Formats: sequence, structure tokens, C-alpha cells
Amino acid sequence: MLEAKSFELFPEAASSIAGHVDAFYAFMVLVSAFFSLLIAFLVVYFAYKYRHRPGENIVYAPYDDHSLSGMLLEVVWTAIPLGLSMIMFVWGVSIYFTESRPPADSLEIYVTGKQWMWKIQHMEGAREINELHIPVNRNVKLTMTSEDVIHDFFVPAFRTKADVLPGRYTTEWFRATKVGSYHIFCAEYCGTKHSGMIGTVTVMSESDYNKWLGEGSGEGSMAEQGQALFNQLGCGNCHASVVNNQNGRCPNLVGLFGSTVELKNGQRVRADEAYIRESVLFPQSKIVAGFDDYMPTFKGLITEDGMLKLIEYIRSMRNKNGVISSATPLPVQTTDGPRPAGSTPAKAVPAAKAAPALPAAR
Amino acid sequence: MITATPPPKETKNYLNAEHGLKSWLLTQDHKRIALLYLIAVSAFFVVGGIMAVLIRLELATPAGDLMDSNTYNKVFTMHGVIMIFFFLIPSIPAILGNFLLPLMIGAKDLAFPRINLISWYVYMLGGCFGVFVLLSGGVDTGWTFYTPFSTTYSNGYVVMTAMAAFINGFSSILTGLNFIVTVHRMRAPGLTWFRLPLFVWAHYATSVIMILGTPVIAVTLFLLMLERGLHIGFFDPAYGGDPVLFQHLFWFYSHPAVYIMILPSMGVISEVISTFSSKKPFGYTFIAFSSVAIAVFGFLVWGHHLFVSSQSAYAGMVFSILSYIVAIPSAIKVFNWAATMYKGSVRLEAPMLYALGFIGLFTVGGLTGLFLSAMGLDVHLTDTYFVVAHFHYVMVGGAIMGYQAGIHFWWPKMFGRMYPRAWATVAAALTFVGFNLTFFPQFILGYMGMPRRYHVYPPEFQVFNVLSSAGASVLGLGYLIPAIYLLWSIKNGEIAGPNPWGATGLEWQTASPPPTENFEVTPVVTTEAYDYTALKLTQEVAHVG
Repeated sequence: MLEAKSFELFPEAASSIAGHVDAFYAFMVLVSAFFSLLIAFLVVYFAYKYRHRPGENIVYAPYDDHSLSGMLLEVVWTAIPLGLSMIMFVWGVSIYFTESRPPADSLEIYVTGKQWMWKIQHMEGAREINELHIPVNRNVKLTMTSEDVIHDFFVPAFRTKADVLPGRYTTEWFRATKVGSYHIFCAEYCGTKHSGMIGTVTVMSESDYNKWLGEGSGEGSMAEQGQALFNQLGCGNCHASVVNNQNGRCPNLVGLFGSTVELKNGQRVRADEAYIRESVLFPQSKIVAGFDDYMPTFKGLITEDGMLKLIEYIRSMRNKNGVISSATPLPVQTTDGPRPAGSTPAKAVPAAKAAPALPAAR
Repeated sequence: MITATPPPKETKNYLNAEHGLKSWLLTQDHKRIALLYLIAVSAFFVVGGIMAVLIRLELATPAGDLMDSNTYNKVFTMHGVIMIFFFLIPSIPAILGNFLLPLMIGAKDLAFPRINLISWYVYMLGGCFGVFVLLSGGVDTGWTFYTPFSTTYSNGYVVMTAMAAFINGFSSILTGLNFIVTVHRMRAPGLTWFRLPLFVWAHYATSVIMILGTPVIAVTLFLLMLERGLHIGFFDPAYGGDPVLFQHLFWFYSHPAVYIMILPSMGVISEVISTFSSKKPFGYTFIAFSSVAIAVFGFLVWGHHLFVSSQSAYAGMVFSILSYIVAIPSAIKVFNWAATMYKGSVRLEAPMLYALGFIGLFTVGGLTGLFLSAMGLDVHLTDTYFVVAHFHYVMVGGAIMGYQAGIHFWWPKMFGRMYPRAWATVAAALTFVGFNLTFFPQFILGYMGMPRRYHVYPPEFQVFNVLSSAGASVLGLGYLIPAIYLLWSIKNGEIAGPNPWGATGLEWQTASPPPTENFEVTPVVTTEAYDYTALKLTQEVAHVG
């Protein structure tokens, strides 16, 4: 919790992964302490036991460099550290794979880093700055990008962090296990007020969280905001967002997200966040098979926050036959709706807020 | 007490062979060039040290009350840039290596004396750029120059700083080249590869890293300058670049650069432990080849700096396992050093105290590196004070302790005078205690989650920061005292004699200070390295007892 305690050796452990990281850390500390003390003891003991006494002649030990016992020692003190370090390697990798793979049922939240603040957008529409409210005991996945330099979203109490890169989307996930408030630090040096780029994660009980979400922003869900932006930028003039409508000059967006797209040059790419961002800002770089190089760049016309809203809108159309999901707090059910033929989800995309589906506005 | 003895007037040596500023600035004598480096590198150490003092003063309280954020960022950046590029990388190779390599292999000089002098001028030119940046307002990128902050957003003198490091790199390349050719071509008759002192093996391995790695950082910094100055997009996504590409290129050099800093120190420790145990280093061949193994594997581990930088998990696994592999040769060295003392005849002179301090601190530094090689743990620890503590244990506790051991060991050879040993013992003890007090609390701070490069911090981190700042003042004293007594000893120290420690290397078989041509007669080597039984010195070991 955030109230200042003056003397502690461990940070609060408030996530599902924290206990695993702490246990591994304790193992590492024990191994290190053992070897440090062993070496220190040997060196001090030898320095005392074999000390040269004043007045004595120096006794030169005979050469035994390539003796069998010497070689045996070398083998032993190569093999033991090697064996131990392989345990560390495997243990470290196993924790890393848990840390780096968000569970499919995660609650999705978007984060934009900017010198020197954190901007958070909830799918349901709530927005916050330097604050992150999440429910306890629920997997949360952050999709993050930066408007300027590299930042890093670090929550010590959750024992996890990930770099936040300009021009890319990175993810970080955790499951908070204790209600409370915890530090968010920017861990990648980002300029003048780097140490001021801090915030607070507030972990709430599910009912408190629902209440908090209900207060909302009054601007509708992220997807709805994305849809408004979609209309404002005139995207719908060319891109159909109704299922089976192939009249547009540009690809139909229904069912696009998470599918594999065949390009004009024969390549196949997955339509993820980065693909959509690139297609909006640099439309010429990947032309979909069967379409022309028609779309102008929207570079400079859309912010990173706006881009996340657009992505969320397009994502909301991925399997809903042209309807978007609405802002409803905590519908936990995970349902993968029917996918358009040919779509191959490369990863389990958390399904969405399968709440009362609104018909698309167009 | 030590009484001043008048210098022996009859002997000509490299110090009194010629006089005047010109005889120093145009010298081609490797020993004089080593002293030129000693002066310049020490000056940069003082500047970098002042920056460290400012950092620790600021961090004694959670609020930013000593300086503003911009100033703080510039101070830690200059601390890193100066200490790494202008102190740690050149310290042992360019000072002790330059002085000792020809002496140790029985040569008159390095293979290319003029290139050696040029390397010093190149270093000084790079230094001028560094001093210009310092005087004109500094730079705030951190020594790592991460893009796109450095290329697009920083307000400091990024190009000038990059230029300083860029130019300085050529000095490293020239030194490395000179050492490699010298070791291949200039060894005395009978001095086979496996009769070479371990100091020479360590410097050979270091030189290989210098000439293979440094060009990569030069190219990287050049690309950085192009993007910063001409907006050519390599790294900034706004220009179509890739910000993580910079990190790959940067660490491809900068991780091996860590071994440029620590390997020469390990060479010093092998010499010192052997001499003050009067025993051949245990596992000579293993220590020699472990240096080579570190140089080779050191090039394959850079990705462990990128576990949270969106690098693929499978690439991360490869870098993680290779990082464990590169730790093994270091472990082998530590065990062999300890075994060298077994059944030796151990004398706790000042260089030995520093060497034992090195073993303790380097062991902790190396073991905490294993924490950071573990992917799952690194996610929590990277970019925190744990990393700061870890690399200071390796760089300061390792590289600088080794440098001090070496300076104390060869000082009598370099100047022909002995320093006051009681003071040296005090300084070694203060350094060890002050160092641990400064940096051990930072491991705890790091695990608690305090990020590095933080100007202000939450109040719960204050206790350990105060401990750290208090330790830094003790550590500072540990550096100040030797500076005083070593300078004092040049004129006033006791005459040391050619072999005050009873050591076996060829450098101890010539006068202290050595004559300009190093040896009156080219030595012929007929015995293995560290053959103490062949050394007739029971009387010569003047200072034993």
C-alpha cells in the first residue's frame, strides 16, 4: 500500500506472479549468499592459515599444476556453477513465459505514455491520467504505446514491467490479488521529469470497481468513441463496416481484426494493432490483395489515443457481424462468436464484453 | 617511519632520460605514454567522481532540493559517460598495460610506438569534446543514448557527446591493435604463449574485444549523429526508424565493453594473488583460457539488456542461457584465485588487500548478474537500483579495486619509490567498507522497486539512500588518501629496489624505474611463468617482515 513506511526489505506482493518471483529471488539470494560466504571464508582462512610470518623464509609450494586432483577440482567448480545456473535459467524462463503471455480472458485496458504522464483508457469509456483502477482477482492486460520516447510501465507490487515504445504496441498483464494502492513508475529514462512520471494503481473489489466504472466519462465506450472518430475522419466512405458489404473501394473491416490478410505482393500478415496503425499512417506499406493503392495517409490527423480508439472499434467488429459491443461493466463471459470464413486468429483474443450488442450505427 | 632518501644519481631511467615538456608530449616511450594516460585518466576520474558526489548528495533526501531535474539528469549522464568512456575503458589497459606489456614480455617497446602516442592524442581530442559538453551545459541522455530520446527529444549537446565517445573509441582500437601485434611479434626468446604472465593473456583478450567491438559503437554513434543532425531515420519511428535497433547495436558493443573494463583487472588480480602467495596461480591454463572464453562469449549476450524491450521471448531465451555460460569462466577464475592462496606464503601487503577486496566484491557483482540473466526476475529488476548496484559491484568493486591493486603493486616499479604502507592499508580498508555501505543498500532499493535515474523518489526509499550516501563519503576518503600518499611518495618515498615484492615477472628483473630501453640485455626466458623456486630472492624480498 502506498502509505509511506520507512523501513522495508521487500515490496508489497500484490499480484498472482509476485509470489513466484519472490520465491525465485529468495532462492537466488540463498545461492549467492552461500557462494559469497564460501569464497570469503576460504580467502580469509587461507590468508590467516598460510600467512607468512616475519623472519621466516618463504616456502615455495611445489608445482602441482596438472595433477589429477587439480584437474578434478577444475571440473568440479566448473560443473557445479554450470548445473546451478541451468536451474536458474529454466526457472527464469518459466516465470518469464507466464509473465509475458496474457491469459485469454483478460480485461483489456489501453495505456499511452507521453512525456511525462500515463494516459489510461478503459474499454468501457472511462479515461484516467496517472491513475489505473482495476478489479481485484481479475486478469488485466495492458496494450501500450508511446507518443514520444520510450517509457516503461512498472508496478513493483506486481513484479512486472514492460517497455512502452513509440510506433509499436506492447503488452503487459497481471492479476492483482490484494485490494490497495500501489506505485506505477516509469522505469525507462525519458527525460527531464522521468522521476515525476509516476502514478497509482488502485485495486478495488469487483463491486467497487463496477461502481467506479459506472461513473464513466459520459462519452460512451472506447469502441463507440472510435466509431465516432471513424465517421469524423470519413473512413466509412470507403471502408465498409457492415458484414458482407463488398462495395467499398477499400477492404471491409468486419472480421478483420485478428485475421490473416493476404497482401498484393503475396505476403500474408496478421491484422493486429500494429497492422491497423501502420495501415492508417502509412497505407502504402501494405496493400491488401485485390485493392489499389488508394488510401491517403492519416498521419498528423489522429493522436495515439485516437488510434487506440479506432483499433478498439475495429476490434469490436471482429466477430460480431457488424455490431459493436457496448460499455458494460464486467461481463465476464468469454464467447468467441462466429468468424468470417478464412479468418485465422493467431492468438486467443479476449472476447469481449459480450453484452447487449448494439447495431452498428450505419 | 619512512625517511626520504636522495635519488640515486648514477642510474639513468625513463623518468630522467630527457627533460622538458616536449620530451614528454612527443615521447614514443611506452612508459612515458603510460604516465601521460595516468595524468589524463586521473583527471577524468576526479571529474566523474565529483558528479558521483553530487548524485549522492541529491539522493540523500526524497525531494529534489539540491538541483533541478534537468541538472540532475545531466549530472548522472556526465558521470556515466566520463567514468565509462574516459576512465574505466582506458584505465588499466592504457596505463598499466601500456607500461607493463613490453616489460613483461622482455621487449624494448610496443610494436608501434608512434601509434601508441597517437592513441593518447586521440583520447585527448575525444576528451576535449567531453570537456566542451561539460562546460557548455551538458547532455541529459544517460550514457546509453537511447533513441528516440537522444535523437529527437533531448535538449543537450548529444552530437558533441556522441562525438567524444566516437573519437575516444579510435584510441581504444589503436591501443588494442598495438597490444595484439606486440604480444605476437615482440616476445623475448623462450617466452612461449604458455609462459606469458596472466596479465598479458587478459590484455590480449581485452584487445580482441577492443578491435572487434569498438567499430560497432562507432558506427552506431555515427548513425545517431546523422539522425540527430540530419533527421535521417534509423531509430526514430517518426522518421520510419526502429528505436529498439539502437539498443541492439549499442549493447552489441557496450556489453563486451564491460569485459574490456573487467578483464584487465582480472589480469592484475592473477599477478597480485600469485606474488603475495609466492605461488604459481592455481590452474594457470584455466585462468588464461577463461579470459579468451569471456572475450568470445561476451559478444553473444547483449540481448539480456532487452528482456522488457519487446524482444522475442525465444531470442531472450538464447541470450539468457548464453549469459549464464559467460558467467562460468569468471567463476573459474575466482575459485582458482582462492586455490592459489592454499598452502602459499601469504603476505597481506596493500596490493594483496585490494586484490582480496576485489575477489569479495567481484563475486557479489558476478552473482547478482545471475539474477539479471534470469528472464523472469530481470523483468522486475531491470531499470531499478538493483542494476545500478550490480554494475557498480563489477565496475567499481571489480574494475577499480583491480586498478588500485595494480597501481599499488607496480607503483614502486613505475617510480622507484615505495608509498607508506600503513596508509595504504587504511585506504584499502576504507574503500572496501565504504564501497559496501554505498552499494549494498542499492540492491535492496532495487528489489523494493526504486527505478534508476530518478531525481526525486517516494519517501519509503529514503533510509537506504541515506545509508548509500553516507557510504559514498567513506568511499570518497578511500580514494582521496591514496591520491595524496602516492603523489607524496614520488619524491619522498623509500627507494623500492628492482623487486620489492619478490615477484617473478620479467618487469621485476630490471631496475625501478626501468631504463628507457627497458632491459640492458634482452632477457632470455628459460623457465615457466611464476617459477618462484627459480627466483633467488630470500634476501631481495626487502620488505617482508
